[in-house]
Amino acid sequence: MPDAMTGPAALAPRLRAVCGADGVVTDPARRRTYESDGITYHSAVPGIVVLPETTGQVAAVVRLCAEHGVPFVPRGSGTGLSGGALPRPDGVLVVTSRMRRVIEVDIPNERAVVQPGVFNLDVTRAAAPHGYHYAPDPSSRQVCSVGGNIAENSGGAHCLKYGFTVNHVTGLEIVTPRGDVVRLGGKAPDAPGYDLIGVFVGSEGTLGIATEITVRLTRAPQRTSTLLAAFPTMDAGGRAVSAIIAAGVLPAAVEMMDALAVEAAEAAVRCGYPEGAGAVLIVELDGAAEDVAAQFEAVTALCRAAGAFAVRAADDPAERARIWKGRRSAFAAVGRISPAYIVQDGVVPRTALGGVLARISELSARSGIRVANVFHAGDGNLHPLVLFDDAEPGAAERAAEVSGAILDLCVEHGGSITGEHGVGVDKACHMPRMFSDDDLATMDLFRRAFDPDGIANPEKVLPTPRLCGERPGVVRGEHPLVASGQAELF
Amino acid sequence: MTDFPTGAETGPPSPRRSFDDLLGDCVHCGFCLPTCPTYVLWGEEMDSPRGRIHLMAQTRDDVLTPEVVQHFDRCLGCLACVSSCPSGVRYDSLIESTRARVEAEHQRGPRERLLRALVFALFPYRRRLDLLRGPLRAYRACGASAWLRRSGVLERVSPSLAAMERVAPPLRTVPALPGRLPAVGRRRAVVGLLTGCVQGSLLPQVNTATARVLASEGCEVLTPRAQGCCGALSAHSGRAAEAARFARATVETFERAGVDTVVVNSAGCGSSMKHYADVLAEAGAGPSWERRARALSARTADLTEFLVRLGPVAERHPLPVRAAYHDACHLSHGQGVRDQPRELLRAIPGLELLDLPDPDLCCGSAGVYNLLRPDAARELGDRKAGNLRSTGARLLVTGNPGCSLQIASAMERGGHPVSVAHPAQVLDASIRGLDASALLEDAP
Ligand SMILES: Cc1cc2nc3c(=O)[nH]c(=O)nc-3n(C[C@H](O)[C@H](O)[C@H](O)COP(=O)(O)OP(=O)(O)OC[C@H]3O[C@@H](n4cnc5c(N)ncnc54)[C@H](O)[C@@H]3O)c2cc1C
Ligand code: SF4
Ligand code: SF4
Repeated sequence: MPDAMTGPAALAPRLRAVCGADGVVTDPARRRTYESDGITYHSAVPGIVVLPETTGQVAAVVRLCAEHGVPFVPRGSGTGLSGGALPRPDGVLVVTSRMRRVIEVDIPNERAVVQPGVFNLDVTRAAAPHGYHYAPDPSSRQVCSVGGNIAENSGGAHCLKYGFTVNHVTGLEIVTPRGDVVRLGGKAPDAPGYDLIGVFVGSEGTLGIATEITVRLTRAPQRTSTLLAAFPTMDAGGRAVSAIIAAGVLPAAVEMMDALAVEAAEAAVRCGYPEGAGAVLIVELDGAAEDVAAQFEAVTALCRAAGAFAVRAADDPAERARIWKGRRSAFAAVGRISPAYIVQDGVVPRTALGGVLARISELSARSGIRVANVFHAGDGNLHPLVLFDDAEPGAAERAAEVSGAILDLCVEHGGSITGEHGVGVDKACHMPRMFSDDDLATMDLFRRAFDPDGIANPEKVLPTPRLCGERPGVVRGEHPLVASGQAELF
Repeated sequence: MTDFPTGAETGPPSPRRSFDDLLGDCVHCGFCLPTCPTYVLWGEEMDSPRGRIHLMAQTRDDVLTPEVVQHFDRCLGCLACVSSCPSGVRYDSLIESTRARVEAEHQRGPRERLLRALVFALFPYRRRLDLLRGPLRAYRACGASAWLRRSGVLERVSPSLAAMERVAPPLRTVPALPGRLPAVGRRRAVVGLLTGCVQGSLLPQVNTATARVLASEGCEVLTPRAQGCCGALSAHSGRAAEAARFARATVETFERAGVDTVVVNSAGCGSSMKHYADVLAEAGAGPSWERRARALSARTADLTEFLVRLGPVAERHPLPVRAAYHDACHLSHGQGVRDQPRELLRAIPGLELLDLPDPDLCCGSAGVYNLLRPDAARELGDRKAGNLRSTGARLLVTGNPGCSLQIASAMERGGHPVSVAHPAQVLDASIRGLDASALLEDAP
């Protein structure tokens, strides 16, 4: 463990030699603006902040960290919702926001090569003139970075049909925790050997820093139709989702919002959803024109049969954008109806949706903590928004309790503690609810194959005694399997 | 503690929200980052809206260091972040009172002080601007003081004056506006016209065109002679007392004029006038002034907003020209006026309206920002010029004098001069049946 006082600050002159005076932030107030990512209840002032512009600079910075045993934390746009980019007071925060070049748009091969700080939506913007787009579309797509998406294996509304980030990355250039520049994959699909891209995607900055990313571009569908259906209750909406899937329709997206989430979106962007809805369902269909038309008929009928009292259709981009605007703004918009909130992220098997939602509203009624629900209904990815007033004593703790209980519900129903926001620091201590000590020890061993000194985004993803209290199984220092000669680091 | 009114511009004064309360609205989601011109340029948190709000919160009860103040100073006040924030954060109120705090508490270096003093002694005063027209005259006027020249201040101000001079035709061609211009045909409304300082002095032909268009559409146009600066530049730079002084005078002037609507053809002025209650509250004016301010704000409209509401009666003649419309920040983000100017332009036969890429990004003019932060302003100007060039437009139409000057000089710098016109001039040309060359004649 490096000395907290001398560690990062002592590196300043050498970091300046790498990134230029303008690329190193030491002033305490300026540094402190980086203390949190998208969730502010975790905060820590970084020891030093660097803003590299090239792969060479990132590698040189990481090498300096490795040489001096100083931890580093990668950061993209700082929109993460699990505290993955939470800085270290004794470490270097490596921010990619100046690495924003779209290096190449290769339409014949349907690929784009970008620097990690490029905004997700800018990939689509670069491809759009050619009739292509970048399919993974988190709600934060206008601002989150492709590097951050890689690290979190981010998803979005359209991942139901098109898959998550991992399905759209074919090549990576990474800087390993030792400062080596390594290339994985390329423009061709499916490189032979171990799927190291699959390993890196979702690694949350613990296996190194992605410095160049080759992504798959997807041809824009011939036709896209969006349908908005309003139901009296969440239950009715849930029935419609099951019916749609059972009918063999694979929509591009199926999103659901409850009354409270609709109220927030309405307050923020006046999306004009039907009044008095207990649940609003957004179904998007895309593909060949005739298929879409036929599916559209079927879905409309299924929604009505499940009890929809209003169904609206949108074929032109402006109307579609209006429908989506409400959904996309929902997270940030709850700021309009609540002083503070926690965005939770859990997954349940689709068939358990109804049951889990009922249990969530029981939880909410019992605790007096309001919960708004927004979710990717098609793949059972829930995003309960736990609302509270941070000025009210004890409210934050009660909200955190409700939020944690929701995760327990997900695990209980055979689901997972995160769908797309990652584990970060926020859920590291929840990991044992899903994994045994052996599982966690194996993951730790794996991580150290990349990062033997434990300097890449330490104390994220896997629980540590400091973070979660003493637990057997995960031990710092030499790994027990290594010590006993049963395993070795490669 | 400084207090602010909430969003509502009209009606009874609403309950006030404290600075801290407004700060608390930010949920740190970052949605504003990509729309912020300084974040686009420099990619660092401290020069983003989220970072600036964080700095405001951090320094709430702390001294303002030069390291922190530079980030407030670099904010263009373009309000793109207000448009893009899903949580409704009132960044406009936050930065305005932060700037006032900076002016009150922070000691700037001598060079910076001199530059600011000169800018604010010049720009809000139409007669002084009139005197200084022409870069040579600007030099001569100040030539006596060699130390002033050594300070480098003139090098900053004079290129802007030179750009203004290039865009503005000789003064003598534009007769002064009459105090009262009768409506053509049946009178449909009585409106007052704000002439503005920069517009009035350097682009007087815009005011003439505005008055003519309004009259043709059946408005009786009153142009009070006594009007001075509306106070926008001062308010946006933290000079609260000065802004309030200008605001009070403007309120009085138009109260006396007895008009239904005050029509404003300069985006910055309109945006400020619609927030007069905030401006006066910031300077600690009493409730009766706030009420009067609110009443005037409610009657203030941008020219294009007003014309769309009124509906056209005058015939539009063909005006075959490829034009691009540029959203002035204080129209689009500041007043939510985006569709109206486009609607008016599209209704002109023969005019082809082209879409400018990145329409929400500031051109870098931002009031007097281009004088105070010339490097950033130049970079943003060059970006806008590049986008404009990509459309192939021959005419740039925009509703703010600062933007016209900024973009015209960026285009010229890049070796692709372009003609610039205010929507009023385009409408005027169409209604009068002028040839498109009347708008393009400045182009080589
Ligand atoms: C309002 C809102 C809505 C959201 N909606 C969605 C959604 O629909 N779907 C979804 O999946 N997520 C969503 N998110 C979460 C967030 O936007 C994503 O996790 C996103 O991928 C984070 O990107 P970022 O650039 O902000 O990364 P950061 O927050 O800066 O970092 C996230 C993690 O990535 C690591 N990292 C960053 N860059 C690199 C790199 N180049 N190499 C290696 N590691 C790196 C960091 O160390 C950290 O662990 C939302 C967030 C907000 C605030
Ligand atoms: S007003 Fe403009 S420059 Fe200032 S923070 Fe907002 S978006 Fe950025
Ligand atoms: S100002 Fe608005 S958009 Fe920006 S971070 Fe705060 S809440 Fe999000």
